[in-house]
Amino acid sequence: MKPKLSPLARGLLACAVVVAVLGVADAALHELLAQNPFGAPRPAQAAEPEASGLIGWLLAKQSEFYRQMSSTIRAAKTDGSAVWTLLFISFAYGIFHAAGPGHGKAVIASYLVANRETARRGIALSFASALMQSLVAILIVGISAWVLNATAKTMCKAEGAIEIASYALIALFGLRLVWVKGRTFIRALQSAQPVPAIAGVPHDHHDHGHHHHHDAHHHHDHDHDHAHSHHHHGDHHVHDEHCGHSHGPTPSELAGPGGWRRGFGAILTVGIRPCSGAILVLVFALAQGLFWAGIAATFLMGLGTAITVAAIAVVAVSAKDIAARLSAGRDGGGALFMRGIEFGAAALVLLFGAGLLFGYIAAERTTCF
Amino acid sequence: MGMRALFGLLLAAAMTFAAGAASAHPHVWITATSELLYAADGSITGVRHAWTFDDMFSAYAVQGLEGKTKGAYTREELGPLAQTNVESLKEYAYFTFARADGKKERFNEPVDYFLDYKDTVLTLHFTLPLKNPVKPKQLVLEVFDRSFFIDFQMAKDNPVKLVGAPAGCQMKLDRPNDGTATAQKLNEQTFMDGPNANFGMMFANKITVDCP
Repeated sequence: MKPKLSPLARGLLACAVVVAVLGVADAALHELLAQNPFGAPRPAQAAEPEASGLIGWLLAKQSEFYRQMSSTIRAAKTDGSAVWTLLFISFAYGIFHAAGPGHGKAVIASYLVANRETARRGIALSFASALMQSLVAILIVGISAWVLNATAKTMCKAEGAIEIASYALIALFGLRLVWVKGRTFIRALQSAQPVPAIAGVPHDHHDHGHHHHHDAHHHHDHDHDHAHSHHHHGDHHVHDEHCGHSHGPTPSELAGPGGWRRGFGAILTVGIRPCSGAILVLVFALAQGLFWAGIAATFLMGLGTAITVAAIAVVAVSAKDIAARLSAGRDGGGALFMRGIEFGAAALVLLFGAGLLFGYIAAERTTCF
Repeated sequence: MGMRALFGLLLAAAMTFAAGAASAHPHVWITATSELLYAADGSITGVRHAWTFDDMFSAYAVQGLEGKTKGAYTREELGPLAQTNVESLKEYAYFTFARADGKKERFNEPVDYFLDYKDTVLTLHFTLPLKNPVKPKQLVLEVFDRSFFIDFQMAKDNPVKLVGAPAGCQMKLDRPNDGTATAQKLNEQTFMDGPNANFGMMFANKITVDCP
């Protein structure tokens, strides 16, 4: 195994990176706006809530960036250099805005934990889904507003329909994860009881086996469960998911054929729903005759979003890795515990999807009026 | 670190996601002025709103509409949009919540509604008649979006007018962020607490009218 940072170190590093990026972005933006004549009049932030705490601060920040977008697009009509400001604001907005549920950070993080994915895959999934999200927004506005010249009413209805579909998709995705993980969990429960542990297997070794096989194969598991469900030979880290094939990508080959297909469910689930903010920015840019600037802004928003989601994904995977390492020290119960966590993560996706779908979680619901 | 601690860690992660669900931010900004309408006998009959949308949303709303003059829209041309607006607003209870001496009051469907387009922004005018005119000692009117998709701000100048109110009535406006209204402080606890359906409440504009 190639040398790498300990999961804890990676987790801390990821946190540090997030904080650093946010800090730098903030400072840089203020400086940039101070220099740019078009960024100068900071809109009177009457809307800015008296935020205390991190979340309030994030909220205030994203509102601030978002509000600056329209004035910057206007400015770009006469001064091309304002486009750079626009791109920067969009990027910063994306970073902050990814705190919203519509961007699926919870779905991605839970999916990664449930499926024992690697941090690298987490990063790849985050970027792919954010890219898809940007493309969907551009397609919606491009087709409906630009090509068909549809009214806001039509567009908003379409957006609302996609939103409901995306919630349903999250719920379905969660249901599937719960089904798969629930069975694994139950099997782990069953196998943990009769044979509590196998002695003398070095724990490190478990970990390795884990990383090299599961990541590449876990999606084949349902086809092969039966063959393995009766193996009570103390194989308590549930190698049922390792079905013995050695084809397919290694975890590091993210873009391998099976690699993308495997994560496609997650990408689709998260990426299908465009961000309302991106749609508004695109339509506004179109109205100003600067559709291309709106498209560029949308991609930059997506990039910012991807960075935040990827950072969260890395933290989630690292936390899971720490848990795996620690629980590996507890023979028998450890594997069971990990299956429990995976099952819990799967359940979280389901709950999240159902909550959004039935309106228990007040997400950023599109308001058409 | 024991397993319980680990479990706690994961729970904390879950809570963070849940909190994230509440951290939506507004996409539409409305600058509002409101008039409270009084009948000759001193009872309140309804509210007349004028809501000015931000320029981004205004551009979005007029997308696909063709005016006779490019970039300008007459009241007639905006008629269908105004109708769509007030019809859709019903689902959100017109973002207007009235209590007369603590008792919830309901509104009938809007009347006299129209849209203006001026300086690239739209203003929606409409009157909300109270189902039953009331003559309370205290009327509280709140204007806000629970989901905080829309950020309502009362206008800086003359945000609230009492039209034909009996002498001696006192109006007080609590803006969401002037520190006087009850629940402005945003903190993490607020986000964590219970269902966040009333999340937008913290951004409510509260108009209180006390009459002798």
